[in-house]
Amino acid sequence: MSPKARRDIFQAIADPTRRAIISLLVLQAMTPNALAENFSVSRQAISKHIRILDECGIIECRHQGREIFYQVPPEKLKSVADWIEQFRQLWEQRYTQLDDLLLQLKPKTNANDNPSSDANC
Amino acid sequence: MQMTTPPPTRIAKDLANRKLIVQRTFFGPIDLVWRAWTEKDLLEQWWAPKPFKAVTKSYDFREGGHWLYYMLGPDGSKMFACFNFHTIQPQRGFTGDDFFCDENGVRTDLYPGMAWKNEFRPVPEGTEVTVDVTFQSEADLQRIVELGFEEGFTMAHGNLDELLAQHR
Repeated sequence: MSPKARRDIFQAIADPTRRAIISLLVLQAMTPNALAENFSVSRQAISKHIRILDECGIIECRHQGREIFYQVPPEKLKSVADWIEQFRQLWEQRYTQLDDLLLQLKPKTNANDNPSSDANC
Repeated sequence: MQMTTPPPTRIAKDLANRKLIVQRTFFGPIDLVWRAWTEKDLLEQWWAPKPFKAVTKSYDFREGGHWLYYMLGPDGSKMFACFNFHTIQPQRGFTGDDFFCDENGVRTDLYPGMAWKNEFRPVPEGTEVTVDVTFQSEADLQRIVELGFEEGFTMAHGNLDELLAQHR
């Protein structure tokens, strides 16, 4: 069994501290120490978030001498935003169609208040 | 507010639990909105985003029943899906799950589905519907998009603008 549990991008962005880490690492590659300076939580806590982000496959790391630099490729986040936008568009379209249908149905049900009426079937 | 201007569709994300929650108010009494959601002849008229059409193969709205249907694409392609009804509380809500399948309703393991919880509530303007969709994994959402809805959505977006303009 792999010691590295696979997570997904939704877990990466579910936590506010991780979102803040991501927003920094999208802009530039940073070492864990430089990153931790931006937060009031412990260095330990930041390391834990970095580990989760790594398990989510959202960050890339690069070794430079003894230092390790983390970075988030922007396309990783864009893919999530795109899916949600697609989802939103689907429901808006559906519901606009449902609005139209309800408008068509309304006069008929006003004339006949029996909800089990099958006049439209 | 004009009665003919539809209220906004609100989408809340609960990403930690892979949930998307869609909430919308409709200008119609709860019995009518419930029927539009649960009678197949009405459901077919709005479920598929244009230019797709939802076509029913079998429909059995009861606990343990299912809706087997396909999305008919503008190029004649058919994508079958099945919605299983788990619990039903008339004019209150229903739960279920859906998945992609073949024409006989046999689940195709390639595309695992979503769990649904749909709730209906009377409000002064009409009826508020809350749809709570839980994806099994990030990959599910991605696959659904990859299945060809993408093109449909893009086309649908243009239709939506037109329809919205008509409502103003």
